[in-house]
Amino acid sequence: MTADPLPVDEVLTGGGLAPEGAGRILLIACGALAREILDLKRANGWDHLDLQCLPANLHLWPDRITLAVEAAVKEHRAAYDRIFVVYADCGTGGLLAAKCAELGVEMVEGPHCYSFFEGNEAFAERDEFTAFYLTDFLVRQFDAFVWRPMGLDRHPELRDMIFGNYEKLVYQAQTEDPALDAKARDCADRLGLAYERRFTGYGDLTGALARLR
Amino acid sequence: MADEDIILSELPDDELVLQMHDDLYDGLKDEIEEGTRILLDRGWTPYDVLTQALVAGMKIVGDDFRDGILFVPEVLLSANAMKSGMTILKPLLAETGAPRMGKMVIGTVKGDIHDIGKNLVAMMMEGAGFEVLDLGINNSVEKYLEALEAEQPDILGMSALLTTTMPYMKVVIDTMKEKGMREDYIVLVGGAPLNEEFGRAIGADAYCRDAAVAVETAKQLVARKHNQLSA
Repeated sequence: MTADPLPVDEVLTGGGLAPEGAGRILLIACGALAREILDLKRANGWDHLDLQCLPANLHLWPDRITLAVEAAVKEHRAAYDRIFVVYADCGTGGLLAAKCAELGVEMVEGPHCYSFFEGNEAFAERDEFTAFYLTDFLVRQFDAFVWRPMGLDRHPELRDMIFGNYEKLVYQAQTEDPALDAKARDCADRLGLAYERRFTGYGDLTGALARLR
Repeated sequence: MADEDIILSELPDDELVLQMHDDLYDGLKDEIEEGTRILLDRGWTPYDVLTQALVAGMKIVGDDFRDGILFVPEVLLSANAMKSGMTILKPLLAETGAPRMGKMVIGTVKGDIHDIGKNLVAMMMEGAGFEVLDLGINNSVEKYLEALEAEQPDILGMSALLTTTMPYMKVVIDTMKEKGMREDYIVLVGGAPLNEEFGRAIGADAYCRDAAVAVETAKQLVARKHNQLSA
């Protein structure tokens, strides 16, 4: 038996992923987490979890995340016993948490995926505010998520206005992949930042999903 | 079809100002410098050039950013263009006694290095006639208070981009209360993850969602403060 093909990053960035499967619990997740969640589902046989992904590029307009999550919860809640939102705060300033509480659904703890991938406690302890983070997804989608939206393909002179206060790029690796490591290093060079690779695996995400029964 | 070349110096004043709004929107630094010099040469006061050509043009940029039509790089290019015009005007404004609206101390909070929004606010406040002392990034409560005591501004502005750093604004405001100095200043807060409710909850005078709102709010609150003092 062959595994289902992995979703295409470009689709996850701009379009998302419709719910699929016959699970009792629906995960409404950021497209940037699709591969990681599908990997955990396969590895653990979590067939009770279905996955819907919203476009990852909502992160370019964080104020749109809460509305998009609310619409997805309302659309699908009748078809599932339970819904779990696989977003952290993600720049919504607490509005997503408040909306989830109002809707009666739970969500992942933490400020953003960089934090829960490393582990919320460990991330907070680092207090590493001059680091710019990339995950596996963001390394793969660096041009679509960082380079082009920040206009650096058209106006390279803006680089230091946008990234000048950062000191290093930290690649939080979810997987062991030398090609991604090399690409992340190249991203750091392009941004003029020092480079550090840090293997995180899936961090707190694994435990958050494992608790869903 | 090739773009028609526009000779800025051949345009009448009203058309030149509109052209400068377009050039500002397109982030054309050289054209903004040229337009600024032409208007000055025609006898415009530096204050009129600033408000009618630059600030009014930047307001359009700000509105389109708010409405999702423009994104960060376009706004930065526009800001760079405006800054180049302001560089010409600044010394002249001081000489010609342009109206002063008040004074602001501004900076991003401790642990936050994201200063694009803060820089835009500082620039627009200057454009609106405020004297701005920019503390830069990553400011501790001590640094804010030191600047308040030394500069005696009308307004303290605090900015944060991260959900994890925005609570520090409350630390600053609470410390101001403890020291009995909160009522001496107007406190404005801003940054992408903030909202009005947060601004109220931490005891700020106002949350400003963008630079244009910051300018309007600052003008209103400074005027109100002056009226109260003179009543």
